[in-house]
Amino acid sequence: MAKTEIFQIRTEEAPLLPAPVSTTGVIGWMRQNLFSSIGNTILTIIGILIAYWMIAPFIQFAFIDAVWTGEDRTACLPQDGGHSGACWAYVDAYLPQFIYGRYPTDQVWRVDIVYALFALLLVPLAIPSAPYKKLNAILFLGVFPFVAFVLLTGGNISISAWTWGFVALIAAIGIAMAAFQMTVGGRDFSGATPALIGFVGSAAVLAVILGFVSINFGLSTVETPVWGGLLVTLVIAVTGIVASLPLGIALALGRRSAMPIVRLVSVIFIEFWRGVPLITVLFMSSVMLPLFLPEGVTFDKLLRVLIGVTLFSAAYMAEVVRGGLQAIPKGQYEGAMALGLRFWPMMYLIILPQALKLVIPGIVNTFIGLFKDTTLVLIVGMFDLLGQIQSSFTDPTWSTPSQGHTGYLFAAIVFFVFCFGMSRYSIFMEKKLHTGHKR
Amino acid sequence: MSVMEQDSAGAPARASLLNDPKVRGIFYQVVLIAVLIFVGYNIVLNTAANLERQNIASGWGFLENTAGFGIIQSLVPYSETSSYGQALFVGFLNTLLVAIVGIFFATIIGFVVGIARLSNNWVISRLAYCYVELVRNVPLLLQIFFWYFAVLRAVPGKREKWSFFFDSFHLNIAGLRGPKPIWEDGSYLIAVALLIAIVASFVISRWAHKRQDATGQQFPVFWTALGLIIGLPLITYFVTGMPMHLEHPVFVDTGPRIRQGFELNVGFNLIPEFLALTAALAIYTAAFIAEIVRAGIQAVSHGQTEASHALGLRQGPTLRLVIIPQAMRVIIPPLTSQYLNLTKNSSLAVAIAFPDLVSVGGTVLNQTGQAIEIIGIWMAIYLTLSLVTSAFMNWYNQRMALVER
Repeated sequence: MAKTEIFQIRTEEAPLLPAPVSTTGVIGWMRQNLFSSIGNTILTIIGILIAYWMIAPFIQFAFIDAVWTGEDRTACLPQDGGHSGACWAYVDAYLPQFIYGRYPTDQVWRVDIVYALFALLLVPLAIPSAPYKKLNAILFLGVFPFVAFVLLTGGNISISAWTWGFVALIAAIGIAMAAFQMTVGGRDFSGATPALIGFVGSAAVLAVILGFVSINFGLSTVETPVWGGLLVTLVIAVTGIVASLPLGIALALGRRSAMPIVRLVSVIFIEFWRGVPLITVLFMSSVMLPLFLPEGVTFDKLLRVLIGVTLFSAAYMAEVVRGGLQAIPKGQYEGAMALGLRFWPMMYLIILPQALKLVIPGIVNTFIGLFKDTTLVLIVGMFDLLGQIQSSFTDPTWSTPSQGHTGYLFAAIVFFVFCFGMSRYSIFMEKKLHTGHKR
Repeated sequence: MSVMEQDSAGAPARASLLNDPKVRGIFYQVVLIAVLIFVGYNIVLNTAANLERQNIASGWGFLENTAGFGIIQSLVPYSETSSYGQALFVGFLNTLLVAIVGIFFATIIGFVVGIARLSNNWVISRLAYCYVELVRNVPLLLQIFFWYFAVLRAVPGKREKWSFFFDSFHLNIAGLRGPKPIWEDGSYLIAVALLIAIVASFVISRWAHKRQDATGQQFPVFWTALGLIIGLPLITYFVTGMPMHLEHPVFVDTGPRIRQGFELNVGFNLIPEFLALTAALAIYTAAFIAEIVRAGIQAVSHGQTEASHALGLRQGPTLRLVIIPQAMRVIIPPLTSQYLNLTKNSSLAVAIAFPDLVSVGGTVLNQTGQAIEIIGIWMAIYLTLSLVTSAFMNWYNQRMALVER
C-alpha cells in the first residue's frame, strides 16, 4: 500500500493578515481605553459629560459671547437680557496698567528695555545648547539686576559716607588678614592671596555696584508706589528667586554643618519661616520691620516686601537643597577630602553640582510657589498683577456684570502660562540632566 | 626652600593653629553669636525707642480691653462688648473650623482625583490631569477671589433662593442655609452612646487583631464597628424618646418685599466668605493631594501586585492588604504637610474679610497698634500648629519605617 500523505508541509509563509479591525487604529484604541467594560463605558460617558459641562460654558463665555472691541462699558453690556460674554475690550483698554501699573507713560520705554533684556538673557540661558553659558550667567545674575534697578528707579541713589566706610572696612580687613598671614602666619605672598582676593575683591565689586547706582544718568526718578501690575509681580518673583537660592544653599549647608551653633541657628531660622504663613511674614515686613529700624531710617515698602519674601522662600529652598545634600553618598565627601580639597572647593566642585542636579524639580516647585505667592502682596496694599486687576474693577467706565469674570480669567491665564511653562521646563531639564544614574 | 625650613622649625604651632578646623570653627561661631547679639540688641533698642515715640505701651494688657467691633461668624458667644482676647479666640476657632472642613473635603477630592489619574480610562485620567494642572498653576488667592466675587455673587439675591437636597438646603447671596439640630434634655445620652460605640469598636479591633495573630481566623471588624457606631446612638435616640429635632430655616416670600427672605437665626447659616474660602482651599489643596496619592500608589512596585496574586489573593484583598498599606507609608508624610499648608493658607481669609485669626488680628492691630504682640500671637499659634504636626509626622515615620535587618 502506498503511504497516504497525512501531513502537509507549507513551503511558503502564510500571508500576513492585518490585525482585526477592532484592535487597531482609532476603534481599537477606543475599545481598549474607553469601552473595555460596562463600568468603563459608564465612566467614559460621565467623563465626557463633565468635560462638556466645563468646556462648553467656558467657550461660550470666552469666545462666542465675548466682546473684542469697544470704547466703554456699553459695548460689553448684555444684549437684550441675555448673558454677556467676556469683555476683552476692557482688558485691552487696561492692558498698559496691567503690564506697567501706574508707571509714568512717557517713561514706560525703560520698563520695556528691562523686559527685553530679561528675555534676551534668560532665553539663551534656558536653552542647554546655547553657547557662552558662563558669560550669559554672569550678565544675567551679576549685571542685569543693577542695570534693571537703575532703569526702573532712575538710579542716582545717594550713598552715605557710612556705606563707603563699610566697603573700606571690608577691604581693610582683607589687607590686614593678608598681612597677618604673611608676618605671623609665615605664608608667602601667594599663600595670602585668597584672603586678599576674597575681601578686597568683594569690596571692589561692592564699590563698583554702589558707584554705578549712584551715577546720575539723567533718568527721572520713579518711586516704587507707582509701579504695578506684571512689573511688580516679576520684580518680586525674580528677586525672590535669585536671592533665595544662594541663601537657601547657605542655610542648608549650615543645617548640616559640624558646628553646633551654626546648625542650631540654621534650624531655628528654617523652622520658624516654614512654620508661619506668608501673610504674617508680609504683615511683619510692612508693620514690624519699620519698628526695628532706628529713627529716621526708612525702607521702601517694595524692598521690605522683597526681604520678607526672600527670607520666606529661602527657608523652603534650604529644605529642598538639604534633601539633595542628604542624597549624595558619603563616599563623594570622602573622595573629595582624600583629594585634598577643603570645604568650599569640595562643596563647589563635587557636592553641590550633584546635589542641585538632583533637586531641580524641587527648586522649580519652590519657584512656582513663590511666583504664585507674589499675589499675596496685594493684601499689604501693593499692586501686583492681581491687585491691579482687582483695583480696576472700581472704574465705572468699564463696570459690567462680566467685568470681574473677565479680569480673573485674564489673570488666571497669565499665571497659568508662567507656572505651567516653568513646570514643563523643569521636566525637560530633569530629563536632560538625568545622566549617569540610569541603568 | 628656606621659607619652608623656617616654617617647620620656626612657628609651626601658630601656623597650624590658624589652619586648625576646630579653632576656626570656634572662631566662626563666636563671630556668629556676636553678630546675632549685636543685631538683636539693636532691634530691641530701636523698637523700644520707636514704641515710646508712638506712645504705644507694649504688653498684653490690651487683650482685656473692649473690642468694639462685630464678627460675622462666631462659634462661641461674642458681641461688640467682648474683649480683644475673646475676639482673637473667635478668630482662632474660625481658623480651625476652616482648616478642618477644608481638610475633610480636600482629602476626599484629592484621593478621588489621584486615583482617577491612574485610571485606565483615557477620558477620566485626562480629566484628572487637566484638573491638577489647571488648579496647581493658578494662585490660590485668585481662586478665592474667583469663588467669592465671581461665583457666589452670581447666586440669587437675598429675597430669592436656590434649594437642593430635598429642599432642605438653600443657597443665596447671604450664604448656605440648612436644618440645625436642636438638642433637648437627655440628648447627652446619644453622645455617651456614640463614645461607648467608638471605644467598643477600638477594643474589638484590638481583640480581633490578637485573635488573628494567634489563630489565623478573621473577624469582620469593619462592619461590626460601623454597625456599633451608627446603631448604638440610633437606638439610644429612639429609646430616650427622640430628644432631638431639626430646625429648618424659614423662608418668607409673602408680605412686604423688605421682609422677604430667610428669618434670622433659624436653622444654621454658613456665610459666603466661609463657603468661598473653604471651597477654594479644598479644591486647591486637593490638586496637590492628588499628585501625592498618585505618586504613593505608583511607588508600590508592580511585583507586589503580582506576588499577591500569586499567593491567591483577589483584586480587593490585594488592594486592601498589600497595596494601600505600602502606599500609605509614602503618602502620609507629604499629606500631613499639605494639611499644614492648607491651615497656613487659610490665613488668606483676610483678603475676603472672613474673620479668621489673621483677619481679626489685623483689625485689632489697626485699632490698638500693638503690632509686635499681634504678630507674636499669630506666629506662636501657627508655629505651634506646625510643630505639633511635624512631631506627629516624625512619630508616624518612626512607627511606619521599614525595619531593616
